[in-house]
Amino acid sequence: MTRIEVTVNGVRRDAEVEPRQLLVYFLRETVGLTGTNVGCDTSSCGACTVLLDGESVKSCTLLAVQSDGREVTTIEGMASDGEFHPLQEAFHRNHGLQCGYCTPGMIMAAASFLHENPTPTEEQVREALEGNLCRCTGYQNIVKSILDAAGQMSGVKA
Amino acid sequence: MDVLLPRTLEEALEMKAAKPEALPIAGGTDVMVELNFDLHRPEALIDICRLPELREWKRENGMIFLGAGVTYGRIMRELSELTPLTQASRTVGSPQIRNRGTVGGNLGTGSPAGDALPVLAAYDAEIELASANRARSVRWNEFHVGVKKTALEPDELILGARWRAVRGPGSFSKIGTRNAMVISVAGLCLVMDDDARAVRVALGSVGPTVLRASEAETFVAEELTRSGNWDDPGADLPVDAMGAFAERVAAAARPIDDVRGTAAYRRHACAVLARRALGWALAARREGVGRP
Repeated sequence: MTRIEVTVNGVRRDAEVEPRQLLVYFLRETVGLTGTNVGCDTSSCGACTVLLDGESVKSCTLLAVQSDGREVTTIEGMASDGEFHPLQEAFHRNHGLQCGYCTPGMIMAAASFLHENPTPTEEQVREALEGNLCRCTGYQNIVKSILDAAGQMSGVKA
Repeated sequence: MDVLLPRTLEEALEMKAAKPEALPIAGGTDVMVELNFDLHRPEALIDICRLPELREWKRENGMIFLGAGVTYGRIMRELSELTPLTQASRTVGSPQIRNRGTVGGNLGTGSPAGDALPVLAAYDAEIELASANRARSVRWNEFHVGVKKTALEPDELILGARWRAVRGPGSFSKIGTRNAMVISVAGLCLVMDDDARAVRVALGSVGPTVLRASEAETFVAEELTRSGNWDDPGADLPVDAMGAFAERVAAAARPIDDVRGTAAYRRHACAVLARRALGWALAARREGVGRP
């Protein structure tokens, strides 16, 4: 077992982890945050996307020990003071989900992207989602949601 | 399985000397998929993400050093003036993978489909290696000696790549089965070196290692000389030169049929990429791009 110290959604966690444990299972099973889904185990689908020091990464191909000393943000860390994050609001408003399995990953990928590019074009949003698959093929409303959120967050009406 | 977590290069090299079987891991793009699918059970991993020495890039004396731990995301943000390298980085996986994946990973895995590798070959890069008691550098084509086979000794780590900065246009392009998250079926990097009056062309995914199209390089450099294009970028090449160049590039490929494409398709793709890349470079020269 290896001792790690990782900040998850602003809360510091000290834990003993198996060196082989994936970050996503640390989050789901040790920390108890099951919002992050596992889809493919190969970095292909993006369902497990979380932020590591603010940048989107796929937590199914990252070892928990590699997050030692770093900051992880999951979908559970997006809302604050009982209020949805603008991305969550926008997905709700624009029907940006069907089965919902890809949604946490889509929102985390979008959060990382909007931090880099707060006022994207539709094409840029589609490019930014190249690492996230929606098995319902509901991309139209996902893109719409992210553009809506970008508008809300940057103060420009979408 | 142990995961070694060194904090400095010195510590990492000592650990590697004591445990040469430890497999280096950074972004884990290749290593973790093998572990998750149980294709490979290394006794130990050595996480090289936190070694500051590997996470830097620098320019010194006309040379560029790119640390093995620099991610593709950082290359796109910090080294955008290196057009072919940035273009290759942009085609690696997805943003999440580019935030983790490193040039050292492409080098260490040694797949001929590694997107950064044709760029390093076209730059004529030296790969810098170190163990606890020695440092050495190996030219790119002596580092990759076969499909996923490298000249790395068990006690060594890859520090990065170093090459002479080139003045002149260049590009990286690749063909794949879709537009996102794709492992290339054929990739090509073309670099024009205005000072040496040379053109360098490297091919990925069409041989056991990345290959250079030397005959095509010599041919097009001579055509540029004959037409006066080196001195006058407005000068046109003979009409049949583009096709003849593309044919020579395709002839340098040594492709096989595999799950991603047939040898014949790959050879054809090389010719198409070659013609496009030369066209872009000539257009950039006409417009003065890549000149001081």
